Amino acid sequence: MPGFSWNIVDDIRDMWSVPLILNAFRAGTVVAVIAAVVGWFMVVRRQSFAGHTLALVGFPGAAAAVWLGFGITGGYFATCLAAALVIALVPGGGRRGGGAESATIGTVQAFALATGMLFVALYRGFLGGPTSLLFGSFLGVSRRQVVALAVVGVVVLAVLAVVGRPLLFASVDPDVARAHGVPVRLLDVVFLVLLGATAAEVSQITGALLVFALLVLPPATAQLVSSRPGRGMAVAVLVGLATIWVALFVAVYSPYPIGFWVTTLSFGGYLLVALYRRVRPVSAR
Amino acid sequence: MSDVLVEVRDAAVQLGGRTVWRHVDATVSAGEFVAILGPNGVGKSTLLKAILGLLPLSSGTITRGAGGADRDIGYLPQRRTFDASLRVRGVDVVRLGLDGDRWGLPLPGRRSRAANRRVHELVELVGATAYAHRPIGECSGGEQQRLLIAQALARRPRLLLLDEPLDSLDLPNQAAVAALIAQVCRTEGVAVIMVAHDVNPILPYLDRVIYLGRGGAATGTPADVITAPTLSALYGVPIEVLTTSDGRLVVVGQPEAPAHHTDRHA
Repeated sequence: MPGFSWNIVDDIRDMWSVPLILNAFRAGTVVAVIAAVVGWFMVVRRQSFAGHTLALVGFPGAAAAVWLGFGITGGYFATCLAAALVIALVPGGGRRGGGAESATIGTVQAFALATGMLFVALYRGFLGGPTSLLFGSFLGVSRRQVVALAVVGVVVLAVLAVVGRPLLFASVDPDVARAHGVPVRLLDVVFLVLLGATAAEVSQITGALLVFALLVLPPATAQLVSSRPGRGMAVAVLVGLATIWVALFVAVYSPYPIGFWVTTLSFGGYLLVALYRRVRPVSAR
Repeated sequence: MSDVLVEVRDAAVQLGGRTVWRHVDATVSAGEFVAILGPNGVGKSTLLKAILGLLPLSSGTITRGAGGADRDIGYLPQRRTFDASLRVRGVDVVRLGLDGDRWGLPLPGRRSRAANRRVHELVELVGATAYAHRPIGECSGGEQQRLLIAQALARRPRLLLLDEPLDSLDLPNQAAVAALIAQVCRTEGVAVIMVAHDVNPILPYLDRVIYLGRGGAATGTPADVITAPTLSALYGVPIEVLTTSDGRLVVVGQPEAPAHHTDRHA
């Protein structure tokens, strides 16, 4: 592939002629969309801590999958979904601002990182060590992996389309929602499972430690722009897509890892919008 | 006014093995404004939840007449305020009260336009037009309470259950929200059962009060129930009811319940 020229259209054509990079763009697109939508609910529900834990738990899963010779995608999904169910079934687990549980969750996070490192050490031939699992890599996304990401992504969006409105009710106003017959407890569990699947998806691009670049920052940016639910989610998706596309483009030509670019771009975007809101506070949009 | 919405007969509730109250009798008819009164921890919110059917009775019955079905009840639980960083608009919160329990996407169309009209109507009814499009976390306590009353009214209930809606409001806002609730009760014909810690802001509007004590409840008009003999008999200790020069009632000597307030913020 030729190097960077100022003709962006030619650059993109060159890039997409390489299957490895084209797959990265496809995977990044899927991941950015579901991370933005699920992340919007996560921010409203104040469950960022649970989201971070789920992503971290994916690390030992992926490392174990590599060590044992299974697909890395399966490793992420298996551990993230299992962890989501565990958090959901612990009484009060994953609930907003749970002060007493935060120590427990912190312990689980540390243990997840430790076991992940163990599996990495057991698998001696690991190219590049744990860096790509923790901080992301876009090389090596296979066609099968893209298909798996897309299938899970469609399922997550379909479930959200069905439960989205009662889920918003249960998130904003659980007592009244319960009085209106909304199954609040069941929706808590369903959302954690969706969050687990999303964390597993995002980890495969940004690495386990940097999931927030796509899971928190685009929805947080969108909430500064609009407090309407539909519009907020749409803005979050656009911000997420712009972030991942520009990050992939830059990462192809630069020696620095994708995780760095995704995080820096989404953080920069948030900062710009936040500064703009400082100057022009409009909350009625 | 013989249209009975709620009938409580010799009801009792136990929480964690402790009897909260027993021998409670009360009737609420269409269009009435009724207050549940009593000292802290006596189980006022518990009575509201029992009427809603969220708590089982240990004995007695609570029957809800025609017009007292689940769909016909608007409920406003006791709460602190919405978090200041919650970026969901007041109108969205009101709209959730209308169709927030429906599955599927809210697609644009006739149903959606009708819902928007209803939300607009409700926002005007409670006088929240000026701030209903702001994120609800940025609204003051009084503004949030008005929006929540609009939410509770969304499905044209025949009965409103309000749990300390005046709590955490300053005095002018207490008077204004109390007047709003009375206006809804009179003009929309909605019966109101409201838990209150202080009877004074709503005293001019009340039809009846349910004064709760451990051994039972005294029900009737405020003038009949909030008297020294009735309350002394209810609590078994001498209680004085003083009337200030501006007509406010002060109840002196009522026993506060033991410190485990299981019904508060539960």
